[in-house]
Amino acid sequence: MATHNKKRLNLKDKYRYLTRDLAWETTYQKKEDVFPLEHFEGIKITDWDKWEDPFRLTMDSYWKYQAEKEKKLYAIFDAFAQNNGHQNISDARYVNALKLFLTGVSPLEYQAFQGFSRVGRQFSGAGARVACQMQAIDELRHVQTQLHAMSHYNKHFNGLHDFSHMYDRVWFLSVPKSFMDDARTAGPFEFLTAISFSFEYVLTNLLFVPFMSGAAYNGDMATVTFGFSAQSDEARHMTLGLEVIKFMLEQHEDNVPIIQRWIDKWFWRGYRLLTLVGMMMDYMLPNKVMSWAEAWEVYYEQAGGALFKDLERYGIRPPKYVEQTTIGKEHITHQVWATFYQYSKATNFHTWIPGDEELNWLSEKYPNTFDKYYRPRFEFWREQQAKGERFYNDTLPHLCQVCQVPAIFTEPDDPTKLSHRSHVHEGERYHFCSDGCCDIFKNEPVKYIQAWLPVHQIYQGNCEGGDLETVVQKYFHINIGQDNLEYVGSPDHQRWLAWKKLETPSQPAGSNKEHDAA
Amino acid sequence: MSVEIKTNTVEPIRQTFSNLQRRFGDKPASRYQEASFDIEAVTNFHYRPLWDPQHELHDPTRTAIRMADWHKVTDPRQFYYGAYVQTRARMQEATEHAYGFCEKRELLSRLPAELQAKLLRCLVPLRHAELGANMNNSSIAGDSIAGTVTQMHIYQAMDRLGMGQYLSRIGLLLDGGTGEALDQAKAYWLDDPIWQGLRRYVEDSFVIRDWFELGLAQNLVLDGLLQPLMYQRFDQWLTENGGSDVAMLTEFMRDWYGESTRWVDAMFKTVLAESEANREQVQAWLEVWEPRAYEALLPLAEEATGIAALDEVRSAFATRLQKIGLKSREE
Repeated sequence: MATHNKKRLNLKDKYRYLTRDLAWETTYQKKEDVFPLEHFEGIKITDWDKWEDPFRLTMDSYWKYQAEKEKKLYAIFDAFAQNNGHQNISDARYVNALKLFLTGVSPLEYQAFQGFSRVGRQFSGAGARVACQMQAIDELRHVQTQLHAMSHYNKHFNGLHDFSHMYDRVWFLSVPKSFMDDARTAGPFEFLTAISFSFEYVLTNLLFVPFMSGAAYNGDMATVTFGFSAQSDEARHMTLGLEVIKFMLEQHEDNVPIIQRWIDKWFWRGYRLLTLVGMMMDYMLPNKVMSWAEAWEVYYEQAGGALFKDLERYGIRPPKYVEQTTIGKEHITHQVWATFYQYSKATNFHTWIPGDEELNWLSEKYPNTFDKYYRPRFEFWREQQAKGERFYNDTLPHLCQVCQVPAIFTEPDDPTKLSHRSHVHEGERYHFCSDGCCDIFKNEPVKYIQAWLPVHQIYQGNCEGGDLETVVQKYFHINIGQDNLEYVGSPDHQRWLAWKKLETPSQPAGSNKEHDAA
Repeated sequence: MSVEIKTNTVEPIRQTFSNLQRRFGDKPASRYQEASFDIEAVTNFHYRPLWDPQHELHDPTRTAIRMADWHKVTDPRQFYYGAYVQTRARMQEATEHAYGFCEKRELLSRLPAELQAKLLRCLVPLRHAELGANMNNSSIAGDSIAGTVTQMHIYQAMDRLGMGQYLSRIGLLLDGGTGEALDQAKAYWLDDPIWQGLRRYVEDSFVIRDWFELGLAQNLVLDGLLQPLMYQRFDQWLTENGGSDVAMLTEFMRDWYGESTRWVDAMFKTVLAESEANREQVQAWLEVWEPRAYEALLPLAEEATGIAALDEVRSAFATRLQKIGLKSREE
């Protein structure tokens, strides 16, 4: 029956037949019952046929390419474990970046997998569904390969051993968790704006890439190989992010204000989350890649600037409060490291005062702020530590109701004054770190009053005990004296010195009398 | 004589992650275990879903089935992502070879016209049913609980997309790559009476809200009848009627079905063993969906294989259900 009166399909049309043409208009069930979530956010889609497939990958090629990548990746993992690759890293302090990654980022990948699986069912446009499903299974790949990459580290270092349990409970991990819960509890279009556009397209180079570059600079062959292996997946996710936003904007002008509000929200939410990454870049990598401020300039101010210029024609302006990030880039990482340094009793990673060389690097990278506001503080703490009085803060910090970062940031126009906003909703006063977070709350108070704020929960006695030690050990599963506290003199540090046949420091700077009591 | 490379052994401080220690003891874990157990959030969710405020984000009550721990459901294939894609990559390599061979030798366009017409009418429209299966499994992957359960469903979802694409390529082999056959097959799917029962069943499955019931309607019941009917009995009919070359194009589906029934059966056995209440609920759903699936497939079977083939498939399915611990209404 081969009829040759029609032309052979070109690649684009062939892909169309192999994906969206598999779909049909249902008649036995109403469209709104089959796709009940497509309208409640107010986004108007007039023609799904206008969806441009962001990539063309049929399942047979997907299996083939991904299998080749997996084969190579696992060969490296095996070689890394067999040859004790963990001993070839720059310094054991580096592993603390991995602890942050495994507890704070890997669980997000799993969440993204389920989120994309859901939206991969919910759109009535089959092209968009298929693209989302491919991202879903990629995200599953990422959580699993990250676990496999870090499995070997877990056998030789503390703090990595109960990542998923910690993700659900540890105070600072509510920052990434609430971010992803926020996205997943939103409707399908907001989820894509949050994750595909803001996170993957605008901010990936500031999240995923710094960790992977950090691995490359610090001799972590397992993690950097994962990074290279995931690069082509990430490229697909980024193209999906851009297509999603352009598609929604082109579909109907009524979508513009909704999307603008989402961009404002998710930019600010992402910016706050990235503070943790910035801290890692500036303080946790023994071999530094670039400073947070430099990364923000290159990957947000330049790349993001060009992007928002491009989106201008749709009536989209740059995210609200973006000017505060330009000021904040010179401050936030120092403020956050100083916070974690104090609260190390309740972290699954170690903290420390940077060495002279590192302090000088920070002075050089942050000429306007570091020597003036932050270096003296670190030097003071170093002196205290040398006297055997390593500083730990025994009270718990005040968290922002929205981003859940402790309210430790300073006013954009005054780096000596803490930034604090509050708002009364139905007779209750809620507290925020910034105008950005306060605005987000005001737009959706019913959502944010539900936030599970760890500090509130601890003080209310909902975390297995009233004292910090019980909470840390029993509730967080942070093994006191192993996973937490000062790096110098920690079991990780001592094992590292033994492997490297170096001398133990004569006086572990982390020791003081209360040390063991957490 | 043996060669011994001296290596520097470093004693690990622990063999595996704490969650796996709690489950299996402190011993080296398999990659499947590391990748599948306890990787999801289970408590302290921050916000209720705007789209389902009655439930938490990960909520075990999104199905009527109750398990003390959904991680009891495991994959007998031990698939994590890497194992999954590598298995499928091997299968697709053989399949690619078959499609290439078929195209080069023009095996389909050399079939008698009435056989080509039958393929187009009875086999190619299944591509749409595969997309339905894809949607349903993606939905379950998003709604279900425990990494051991969710991951099996996203693999299943992507498999169904892949099979929908292979079926489409059969259409493209028939029409010389123009897409005309696919347009025709879609018209059959939409209007031809032999497909309407199945299309109604698939569309009805789209509105099932309980993810476990959806898995039953799709992966156990519909596939349990449709896959053997089309890829075994219809394949047999083709072989007996001069269309044996088609078999090489559907080998993937036969292999896949043999493999996927392993995890589907294992999941149902585990869920039924958990409690009498589960068994009763699953049995009640089965009594709704199994007769409907049979009815839905009758007109297709009549055209493709004859009713007797469907009845035999149904009775084999009854035996399978019995092994799982369920009763088919037919008995």
